[in-house]
Amino acid sequence: MSQEFRTAQGGLVDRGTPLSFRFDGREYQGFRGDTLASALLANGVLRVADSLRLGRPRGIFAAGIEEPNAIVQIEEPFPEPMLTATTVELYDGLVARSLRGHGRLADRPDPARYDSTHAHCDVLVIGGGPAGLAAAATAASSGARVILLDDQPRLGGSLLGAGEHLDWVDTVAAGLAAADETRVLTRTTAFGYYDDNHVVAVERRTNHLGALAPAHLSRERVWRIRARQVVLATGAHERSLAFADNDRPGVMLAGAARTYVNRYGVLPGRRAVVLTTNDSAYAAARDLAAAGVEIAAIADLRPGADGWTVARVHGEERVSAVVLRNEDGTEREVDADLLLVSGGWNPVGALYSQAGGRLAYDPELGAFRPDGNCRQALLVAGAAGGSYDIGVCLAEGAAAGERAADAAGFTARAIVLPETLDPAGTPPAAVWTLPGGDAATQFVDLQRDVTVADLARATGTGMRSAEHVKRYTTAGTAHDQGKTGGTLTSGVVAELLGVEVGALGTTTFRPPYAPVSFAALAGRDRGLLFDPVRVTALHGWHVSRGALFENVGQWKRPWYYPRDGEDLSAAVLRECRAAREGVAMMDASTLGKIDVQGPDAGEFLDRLYTNLISTLKPGAIRYGVMCRPDGMVFDDGTVIRLAEERFLVTTTTGNAAAVLDWVEEWLQTEWPQLRVRCTSVTEQWATVALVGPRSREVLAAVAPGLDVSRAGFGFMTWRDTEVAGLRARVCRISFSGELAYEINVSWWDALALWEALIEAGSAHGITPYGTETMHVLRAEKGYPIIGQDTDGTVTPHDLGLGWAVSKKKADFIGKRSFSRTDTARPGRKQLVGLLPDGGELLPEGAHLVTGAPQRVLGHVTSSYRSAALGRTFALALISGGRDLIGQTVWATLDDGLAPVTVTGSVLYDPEGTRRDG
Amino acid sequence: MAGPVGSRPAPGGDLPEHPDRLWRNPEPKASYDVIVVGGGGHGLATAYYLAKNHGITDVAVLERGWLAGGNMARNTTIIRSNYLWDESAGIYEHSLKLWESLEQELDYPILFSQRGVLNLAHSLQDVRDSVRRVHANRLNGVDAEWLDPSQVREICPIVNISPDVRYPVHGATYQPRAGIAKHDYVAWGYARAADALGVDLIQNCEVQGLRVSNGRVTGVHTNLGDIGAGKVALSAAGHTSVVAATAGIDLPLQSHPLQALVSELLEPVHPTVVMSNAVHVYVSQAHKGELVMGAGIDTWNGYGQRGAFHIIERQMSAALELFPVFARAHVLRTWGGIVDVTPDASPIVGLSPVENLYLNCGWGTGGFKATPGVGWCYAHTVAHGEPHPLNAPFSLERFVTGALVDEHGAAAVAH
Repeated sequence: MSQEFRTAQGGLVDRGTPLSFRFDGREYQGFRGDTLASALLANGVLRVADSLRLGRPRGIFAAGIEEPNAIVQIEEPFPEPMLTATTVELYDGLVARSLRGHGRLADRPDPARYDSTHAHCDVLVIGGGPAGLAAAATAASSGARVILLDDQPRLGGSLLGAGEHLDWVDTVAAGLAAADETRVLTRTTAFGYYDDNHVVAVERRTNHLGALAPAHLSRERVWRIRARQVVLATGAHERSLAFADNDRPGVMLAGAARTYVNRYGVLPGRRAVVLTTNDSAYAAARDLAAAGVEIAAIADLRPGADGWTVARVHGEERVSAVVLRNEDGTEREVDADLLLVSGGWNPVGALYSQAGGRLAYDPELGAFRPDGNCRQALLVAGAAGGSYDIGVCLAEGAAAGERAADAAGFTARAIVLPETLDPAGTPPAAVWTLPGGDAATQFVDLQRDVTVADLARATGTGMRSAEHVKRYTTAGTAHDQGKTGGTLTSGVVAELLGVEVGALGTTTFRPPYAPVSFAALAGRDRGLLFDPVRVTALHGWHVSRGALFENVGQWKRPWYYPRDGEDLSAAVLRECRAAREGVAMMDASTLGKIDVQGPDAGEFLDRLYTNLISTLKPGAIRYGVMCRPDGMVFDDGTVIRLAEERFLVTTTTGNAAAVLDWVEEWLQTEWPQLRVRCTSVTEQWATVALVGPRSREVLAAVAPGLDVSRAGFGFMTWRDTEVAGLRARVCRISFSGELAYEINVSWWDALALWEALIEAGSAHGITPYGTETMHVLRAEKGYPIIGQDTDGTVTPHDLGLGWAVSKKKADFIGKRSFSRTDTARPGRKQLVGLLPDGGELLPEGAHLVTGAPQRVLGHVTSSYRSAALGRTFALALISGGRDLIGQTVWATLDDGLAPVTVTGSVLYDPEGTRRDG
Repeated sequence: MAGPVGSRPAPGGDLPEHPDRLWRNPEPKASYDVIVVGGGGHGLATAYYLAKNHGITDVAVLERGWLAGGNMARNTTIIRSNYLWDESAGIYEHSLKLWESLEQELDYPILFSQRGVLNLAHSLQDVRDSVRRVHANRLNGVDAEWLDPSQVREICPIVNISPDVRYPVHGATYQPRAGIAKHDYVAWGYARAADALGVDLIQNCEVQGLRVSNGRVTGVHTNLGDIGAGKVALSAAGHTSVVAATAGIDLPLQSHPLQALVSELLEPVHPTVVMSNAVHVYVSQAHKGELVMGAGIDTWNGYGQRGAFHIIERQMSAALELFPVFARAHVLRTWGGIVDVTPDASPIVGLSPVENLYLNCGWGTGGFKATPGVGWCYAHTVAHGEPHPLNAPFSLERFVTGALVDEHGAAAVAH
C-alpha cells in the first residue's frame, strides 16, 4: 500500500517499522508511532461511518481524545467497542471497522488481565505538555515525590503537534526518568478527581502491542493516586464554529491538521481553506504549507480582518469547494479538499470541575476556564488555565511546580526552559454561529447530530437551562461528552436566549473524563476474588467426604454429606436420625465470636441484649437476643462469662461482621465512656458440635479429665479441659434439643479434634451433618434462625422469646419500642408450627390465608421433612398465630391452596427431657 | 461501513417527537391556593393531578434549580411493583397501572418499555425471600413468577448462570410488566400538562423557609420573595427535612449519595432489567443503547451529589460477575444523586404536625417508579386534607406507633 498522503520525511513515526492493518475490510499499512487515524489519513482514508441520527457522511475531525466522528470497533485481536481512531495506537494485525454510533460487545470471555494499584505523592502533575513538563521537572528538582501522568505514548503534549522544542522535551523526559522520587506514567489518562486530592487514572499497558501483548501483564491498570498537591496541565481542545454543512468530511480542526503534519508526517488533504477566530490557525497554515498543502484562502472572522467568512461548503462525501462571502455579499468559490476550522480553544476543565471547581466564562478568551478558586489543593498551569502562548505555558508550569513543591514542604530549583518568542499577536474573537445557511445543517455536536435548529427548537419550548437543552437535544451526551461541542452549544444557546454565555454556563463535567473499560474498573476483584471465600480449618475434610456446600455470608459451610445415591432429603433424614438416636457432629466454627473485655463489659452487654447478662456467673452460659432500637430482633446467640470482666459472645454466622460493627458503633458513638474492648475471635476458635444421646460417651472417651456426668457438667455451663490431648473449652449447650456439647479448640487443632471424635464415635456410628440437618433439628424444637424465621419486623415476643426480655433492666436497645402501640398490639405475627394436613412439603415463602373471605395471615419461614416426627412440618409467622393453634389455615401453593393445622412452635420433645441425655 | 447519505437513523439513534411547547416561565404571583415545594417528578405529578383530578389549578411548583434536575434526572429509570408488603405493593401497583396508560394520559412519548425485571437470588435464603415475595405479590394482584436458572437465561441470555461463580444464580423472581421509561420525558410530560392546566412552574426559586401562623402554614419565604399559600405540599426528597425544619418539624430522614453510570451506546445485548442485591447490580439497556447501571449507596450522610470512586469499582466487579460480556464496555459517565432514607426504608406521604402542610419524602430508591402513583395519592391528600387510602400507611405517625413498613429487603439497594 502506498501511503500516498505520507510526507517524504519528518514526523515522529518510525518509518523503519511498517505495520499492516485492516479497516472496514481493506488492508493498509502504517508505521509504528501512528494512530489508527493518522495511518488512515496517510492512506487517503478520511471518511468514516455516517452519522448516527441523520446518516450524513463524516470524516476524521480531530487528532486526539476529543474526536467526535472517527469512532471505531476493534475486531482483532479482541472485540472492543467504541474507541476513537485518533487514540488507538497502530499495531500489526489490527482489524477495525468504523462505527455508526453503536459498538458491539464480544460474545466470548475477555482473556485479558486487569489490575489496580495505589500511589501517593507530594506533587501530581496531570499532563505532559510544556506546562506539565516544566511543572514536573521543577517539582522534581526539590526532591519531592512527583508523579507525572500523560495520556500519550510519549511526553510533549501540544509540542508534538507543533513540532517545537522537542529536544527540550527529550532532555526533561530523561531527567524525570532518572529522578529517584519521580514516576512518569505515559499512556495513562487521569479520568476522575475525587475529594481530598484523590485522582484516579487508567494506564493502558499492552493495548499498543496488539496480539503480541504478553498474557502475564495486565492490559489496563487503574491508579488510585492520593496527592498532597495537584498541578492540572491538561491543555486545551480546539472547537469548531456553527456554519452550514460544517460536518462535511474534510472539515477538520486546524490544530489537528497541524498535528497530522508535524507529528505523523501525514497530509490530511492537498488544498485547504482556513477559517479562524484566532492566531493559532496561522501556525497550522504555515506548517501545512511547508509540508506541501496548498493554502487556498484564509477567512479570519476577527474585526479588522478582511471580512471573508464561509458561506457554504460543497461536496457531500468530501469537501470539494468552499464558498466564501465578503461583508458586501460578494461570494467566491474556492476549490479545496480541506476546510480547516479554528473556533477558538477550550481549556480542558473537566478535572477541575470534578474537583469541585467552577469554570467561569472569560469573554476575552471566548471560553470557560478554571476560576482559580477550587477548594482542593490544586494549581492550574498553561492552556488548561487559558494561556496559549508557549512561553507563558512554560513559565506557568515552572511556577506551579515550584509552588506545589513548596506547599508540600520542598524547595525547588529553577530548571532550564527553552527560548521562546515574546508573546505577540491579535486577541481571539468569540464567534459561535456564522450568518446564513440552513440552521438544520449547522452542527454543534457532530456525534449526536445536534444542530443550531435543534437548539432553537429546545429554547422555543420554554427551556432556559443548559441542562434542559442538553437533555432535549442530547447535545453533549455522546461518547466525546461534548469535548469539541460543549462550549459551542453554550454559546449558541446563549445567543438564542439573548443571555450572556457566562450566565448560562455549561453542563456539568463528571467522571470519567474519558471512557474507561468496565474490566479495568473491576480489576482483579472478580471470580473467586469478587468476595473473599472463607473456609474453616476442616474444609479439606468436608471436601474429601463429598460434602455439598452452602454459601453463608462469605463462608462455605457443609450443607449435607450425601452418601451413594442420596439426595438432599435422604441424606438429611439419615443425618437427623443419627443426631436424635445416636451421635452426630457438625463443624460450627463459622459462628461469630466476639471477645468482650473490660470493667464495664457486663453493663455493656446488659444494654446490648434484651436479657440480663451481668448476673451471669463465670463458668456459666446464657442465651441472649439483640434488638434494633425499633425492638425488632437483630441477632441471637450465647454469651459465656469467662471471668469477671470478660465474656465471649457468639453471633450467627452471616451476621458476625454486622454485629461487631453494631457493638463498635454503640461503643464509639453513644457510650464512649464504657470501658469495653471488643475483638473478633471467630477464626481463633474452631468449634465442633457433638450432638445426640451418645454424645456424653464419646466426649468421655476423648476427655478423660472431664466429669461429664449430668450433675458434674450441667446444662449451660462450660469447662476448660483437654479433649483428645488438646486444650479445649467445652460448652454444654444445645441447638437441637438433644444432649450436646460444643467443643472449642485452636483453629489449627481442629482436624485433630475432629478425627479423634470420629474415631471415638465410630462404635456409635458417629455421623457428620451439615447446615440443613442443623436447621431441621432446631426447627423441630421451634428454635428460630435469625434471618430465616425473622425479617427485621419480628420482636422477641413474636418469636415466643418473651422470657428473654428483661423486665428489670432500666434500659436496653429496643426496650422503649416494646411499648409503642403497634409493637405492643395483640395479634401481631407470631412464630408457630404448621402440620400440613396432606403431608406435603410446603414451599418456604408460601403464604397462609384464612378460609373465605380470604385474609392473608403470614408466610412459611421454614419447612422440612422430619425423621423424628415421621412427617413434614413447617414454621410460620402468622397474625395472631398463637391464638390459632389447633385451627386450620390454608397455604398458597402454585396450583391452589393446601389445608394446614396450626400448632405450637415446639414439635419435638416439648417437655425438654432429652436435653440432659 | 458508511451508508447512503441521509439514510434512516441507526437503531436508537432517533429522537422522539417532542412537542414544540413545554411550559411558560411565569413570574410568581403573590399567593396561590397550593404551593408545591420541589419541581421534581413527584412535585410535577402532584401539581398535575391537583389540577386534573381535583380541579385545583391555582398552584405553583417552586423549584430551586431546573425542573426535574434532582433525583428525577439521576435515577436508573426502573419501574416495577413487586414489593413485599401489602402497603408498598398497593401504592407501587397503583403507580404501575398509571404508567401503563401514562403516554396517552400526558400525550407525550415517555418511552415506557415493559421489558420485565429479574430479581436474582444467590443463596438459599435469597430463594426463600424471593419465593415469599412471589407469593405475596400474587395475593396482591401483582404479576410475579419464580424462575430457575435456566429460565433466567431464557429471559436474559447474557446472565452468567454458571455454578462456578462466587455467588451462583439460584433463580430469580420475574415481573413481566416491569420495565423502564425515559425519566426526563416523564417529567416534561407532567410539566407540560400541568402548565397547560394553569399551574405555574417557577424555576430558580428556592424555598428558604415556611411561614407558619397559629400552627397553620400560610406561605413560603423564597429567594424571589415571600409567596402566600393556602396549602404547602413539600416534595423535595432529602431536602424536605431542611424545609420542614424551618417549621420546627424534625423528620427521620437520612440522605446519602447514590451513584449511577452509563456505558457508551452498544448494539442490543440486554433485553430486560436485571437486579441483584447480593451481587450488587441493577442494569438495563436504554432505548439509545447505553447500559444504565446503579451503584451502591455511599454510607456517609450528606447532600453532596458526589460519591466515592471505590463504589464504582465495586459496582463494576459485581457487573462482570453476572455479565462477563460487559468486560470491554466502557463507562462513559458516572453521577451522583441523593437518596433520602427513612428508618424502615419506606416513604413518608401524608399530613404533618402543621396544619395544611403536607409531607412527601423518604422514597430512597423507589421514587422514580412511584412518580404517577404518589402524584395521584399526594394530590388527593392535599386536596382533601386527609391521606388517600394507598398512602395512609405511610404516615409520619408510624414512627411513633411502630406500625412500620419495613422494605429493607425489597428495596434494591442495601441500605
